[in-house]
Amino acid sequence: MRVLVCVKRVPAPGAKINLTADGQAVDTAYLAFTTSPHEECAVEAAVQLVEQHGGESTVLTLGPAQADEQLRYAASIGINKAVLLPIETAEWDPQRTASAIASAIRDVEATDGAFDIVLFGNESADSGNFQVGVRVAHALGRPMVNGVKGIEVDGASVKARREADAGVEVYSLQMPVVLGVKEGINLPRYPTLKGRLASKKVEVAQVAPGGERGGQQMITLVQAAEQVSQTIVLGHGPEAAPAVVDLLEELGILK
Amino acid sequence: MTVLVVIEHDRGTLAPASLEALAAALRLDPHVEALTIGATADAFAPELAAHGAAVVHQVHAAVLSDYGPEAWGEVVAQAVRSLRPTVVLACGTDRGNEVMAQAAARLDLPMVANCVEIDSATWTITRVRWGGSLLEQCTLSAATKLLTFAHHSHEATPSAAAGTVVSLMVELDPSLSRTVVTERVERTAGVTLATAPLVVGGGRAVGSAEGFAPLEALAARLGGVVGCSRAVTNNGWRNHTDQVGQTGTRIAPDLYIACGISGAIQHWVGAMASKQILAINTDPEANMVTKADYAVIGDLHTVVPAITAEIIRRNG
Repeated sequence: MRVLVCVKRVPAPGAKINLTADGQAVDTAYLAFTTSPHEECAVEAAVQLVEQHGGESTVLTLGPAQADEQLRYAASIGINKAVLLPIETAEWDPQRTASAIASAIRDVEATDGAFDIVLFGNESADSGNFQVGVRVAHALGRPMVNGVKGIEVDGASVKARREADAGVEVYSLQMPVVLGVKEGINLPRYPTLKGRLASKKVEVAQVAPGGERGGQQMITLVQAAEQVSQTIVLGHGPEAAPAVVDLLEELGILK
Repeated sequence: MTVLVVIEHDRGTLAPASLEALAAALRLDPHVEALTIGATADAFAPELAAHGAAVVHQVHAAVLSDYGPEAWGEVVAQAVRSLRPTVVLACGTDRGNEVMAQAAARLDLPMVANCVEIDSATWTITRVRWGGSLLEQCTLSAATKLLTFAHHSHEATPSAAAGTVVSLMVELDPSLSRTVVTERVERTAGVTLATAPLVVGGGRAVGSAEGFAPLEALAARLGGVVGCSRAVTNNGWRNHTDQVGQTGTRIAPDLYIACGISGAIQHWVGAMASKQILAINTDPEANMVTKADYAVIGDLHTVVPAITAEIIRRNG
């Protein structure tokens, strides 16, 4: 089985997101970077699929040169190959991103063979456009289900499960498929020392991304209005318990 | 301007978010039309009329008997081609975003997800990033504007309109059935994290899976459920279904008791719709404490059992 997982490098903010002075980006001077959470689980899913069914896994990202870090992290937990679509900025608009990724997938498949499963995250943690995976699937003519929290492969069939308000929905698909994964599908493993060392030697193939600018263009980022709250301190330590229970009664939670 | 609203439903149960989308549409233009997908949605027409739909376009096809992202996306794409609306919008739920992305891919048009405000004179749009903790202003240039509105950004508002029912003809390739739901596991009744009136949340400071027992006891006393932060699920202390946050469940209880949770953005965006928040934390400067309505400064391991004991003392 050949599995591809597409990821995005995103900042790992703490309690507050600060912006650069020109409002064009998140100020990352003091931030670490990570793989967007849903995609972290997609990477783990790709590794598990190859462990269970044999074959080979590849990780792909469109991002700045530093996204090499996220590709190598994926390699450190067991992904076999890596592809970088280098761009000068942190991101492209979703239409252009999707068209560049679809064309890179066609290139990689022309030389190495078709992917049976292409995985995305449900949406990126930062821009959250909810569409890149769907667009790529459509460009490749493959079935796509987003929000997937369970993948079962049986021969050429894939059962994809997702949670909805009414319960679990099951989709029965025929490979090749594209799936958007949600966090919770698995608990991503941590890299081993051996994995970390091996990931340094993985060759990262570079594919120059193309594509026209899409119709959605970011002008600026703006801080959301801060929820200001005058916190009422009910007390300190276990002695505060009566004041808490008074509050529960007052709010009608405890009758 | 014609605004077409894609109505979301599950096998004939109207998603309340669809009425939010109608309210958002009415702010763009007083003439709003609705699109219902599948015969099970025919019955919505009077309710959609009562919420501002002047016309209700109904689509019928065998493949639409249950939800399928590609079939639904194709219906929206064909509706755009035949009705030529200026704007098509849906609510930014999982399905809403998925269907609109499918339609956008088929039409090769941009799609702006999770908008909160739109200036239709310049097509400058404000949309949410980072699950709502950051906003983006963007421009949209397209012959037909495809949008989703951030869930809960608009309230469903009654607004009487004609609701004239029109049948919309579509041609759907049978192959679209490849992504239609084939099986379901229905949810058993009971309080879920998303709908619970009270949530007791635990963070990294809880320290272990066993450390959640006092939180479980308090939640049980108050008829609530236990939630947790991403640090907890990443440590494997609790199942991901208990996670409150951007990549977990968004909660909206009457009271959220956040124990030993610092309040990183990932968690905060999942908790911010809570009506009241009580934070229990050793750090008075923790983000969760400063954003909470009430706080107890102290160690959750002694404070939580003391609260449960006090409830038992008063109520037996």
